[in-house]
Amino acid sequence: MRYDDPWYDALASGWGESAGTDAPASAVPSARQEHAAPALAAAEVYLEVQRSAAFQEVRRRYRRFVVPAVAVFLVWYLAYVVTATTAPGLMARPVAGAVNVAMVAGLGQFLTTFLFTWAYARHARLRRDRAALELRWDTQELTRGIRGGVS
Amino acid sequence: MTGDHQTLALFLFSMFIAVTLGITTWVSRHRHGSAEEFYAGGRLFSPMENGFAIAGDYMSAASFLGISGLIALYGYDGLLYSVGFLVAWLVVLFLVAELVRNCGRFTLADVVAARMNERPVRIAAGTSSVTVSVLYLVAQMVGAGSLVALLLGRTSAAAQTWTVIGVGALMVIYVSFGGMRATTWIQIVKAVLLLGGTIVLTVLVLMRFHGDFDQLLRTAAERSGHGEAFLAPGLKYGGDWTARFDFISLGLALVLGTAGLPHILSRFYTVPTARAARRSVVWSIGLIGGFYLMTIVLGFGAAAIVGPEAVRGSNAAGNTAVPLLALDVGGGADSTGGTVLFAIVAAVAFATILAVVAGITLASSASVAHDLYASLRRPRGRPRSEVAVARTAAVGIGVVAIGLGLLARDLNVAFLVGLAFAVAASANLPVLLYSLFWRGFTTRGAVWAVYGGLIPAVMLVLLSPVVSGSPESLFPGVDFQYFPLQNPGLVSIPLGFVAGWLGTVTSAEQPDEAKHAETEVRSLTGAGAA
Repeated sequence: MRYDDPWYDALASGWGESAGTDAPASAVPSARQEHAAPALAAAEVYLEVQRSAAFQEVRRRYRRFVVPAVAVFLVWYLAYVVTATTAPGLMARPVAGAVNVAMVAGLGQFLTTFLFTWAYARHARLRRDRAALELRWDTQELTRGIRGGVS
Repeated sequence: MTGDHQTLALFLFSMFIAVTLGITTWVSRHRHGSAEEFYAGGRLFSPMENGFAIAGDYMSAASFLGISGLIALYGYDGLLYSVGFLVAWLVVLFLVAELVRNCGRFTLADVVAARMNERPVRIAAGTSSVTVSVLYLVAQMVGAGSLVALLLGRTSAAAQTWTVIGVGALMVIYVSFGGMRATTWIQIVKAVLLLGGTIVLTVLVLMRFHGDFDQLLRTAAERSGHGEAFLAPGLKYGGDWTARFDFISLGLALVLGTAGLPHILSRFYTVPTARAARRSVVWSIGLIGGFYLMTIVLGFGAAAIVGPEAVRGSNAAGNTAVPLLALDVGGGADSTGGTVLFAIVAAVAFATILAVVAGITLASSASVAHDLYASLRRPRGRPRSEVAVARTAAVGIGVVAIGLGLLARDLNVAFLVGLAFAVAASANLPVLLYSLFWRGFTTRGAVWAVYGGLIPAVMLVLLSPVVSGSPESLFPGVDFQYFPLQNPGLVSIPLGFVAGWLGTVTSAEQPDEAKHAETEVRSLTGAGAA
């Protein structure tokens, strides 16, 4: 509700320009006089945050988890689909009772999906959430024109 | 099916319609008419509520009836579908959910357009989103028509037509009066009903075999007439290499398509933060995974208890396997238990279709109003409220879906769903991933990525055996079939990625460093999120 109209207009002209023209409506008025070109300033805030060590650490942690995880589950899924379609003989080999390799692999896909989900949620909660939240407040302070503390 | 079944099923249908209309009225009682309210339901749903709603949006009748039917008929090959539908959620969880929640407001185009020259990108992404939604919508409408007619025992063309029209009218009412808030509650109610019904059936099937899954599999294999082969892949997608490549193509489309479905993406905006979006996906993965595990039991249970001949005799595609199973485990065709259980399953299937259809209609009306109308309207034209446009768009989309649903009445539902996933994976996913992760991505790259995936995907289907050149195709009389596969994913998904890359490297435009920084910072931290 709060963001309603200013935000719609803001998007229609893009984040960069709008931050100066519309967003200060909800910001501290004095900040406006400080910047001759507020749009430029907002853009620079994001560049500055992007270069900051704190942000690079958050990004590194995210990528370190997600890139290998995506590679592993995609390869495992594609291997499963390709094996199921090209080597049905192998998949039909019995394991225990009526359960065969195909059934174990299929249920294994379910199990790994649940495990990946749990691992990702845990990683994000413990390694990323707090740092990301701090960066969020710092960035928002900065875009409002108040000098906050992004190191 | 006897009169008792129909009366009870009709009574339960009416109950569900009454309850959902009640929700819609309750929700729209003090309507603010803001875009935030209409598209995102006020953004204050809890992760658990949204998790149930996502599961409700995703578990369509195609999975409830279609997958268990395929398992009942073809054994293991049906199970391959459920694996693809579930693993796809890892793509959503890892790469899409949180980042999209942080960067966008209502639609996919919001995320992409923020970094680019807005107008062409918004038109491209809006067009592909509407295309995907309409394909998915038509699949559900066709399913509704044939399913309800079948379950009620009236297979006449008139009953089918009126069902499609009725479903279309209801979805327009839900969406245009209730917006996202009503749609979300309808999804939640439906997800609870669907999961409840599935749990009861699964327990009854397992009780029949004294909890022995091995015994269940053995009986299913014996009864199927295929023996051990029933429990291994190959019955449906074995055969020649075309069939095998077709399955690989479908598998690729399933796993990459979910992350590009507009009605799934729009669900992330109904929660306040990226963390809540992540937690709702975790909820939905648990619910959807549990649901698909139970459909495996139901599928093999139908093969073991009802038998593939009886299933095929009722509906050649296997869509009635679960209702028949319900009739049997409830105590047989003449017992009260069987009648009640059958009616419940039929009502749940109907509720499923109504809810999914409402979710997709809302997402596509958002694309029309927020992306297409906002970009295409004349700058000097009288400015109209975007929500009013979205409400009108919902009516328009309802009419289009009813029309196409009636035209495509004889098309295979699973094919339409597979095609919607393939188009979503080819047109929406490349542009979304590139704009979130590629520093050098440009406007031309974004536009090419969308059209470079959308056009080949649609063209390849038009040239496929689905449309012409075989007895089962849409136009069996003519032959312009040049592409052997039914599902275009294997070719069109890589084309979408290549087109986006090609458009970027050939464009003279300098990528905007600051806007990339803004997207990256916002996507990972949530700064400035709506």
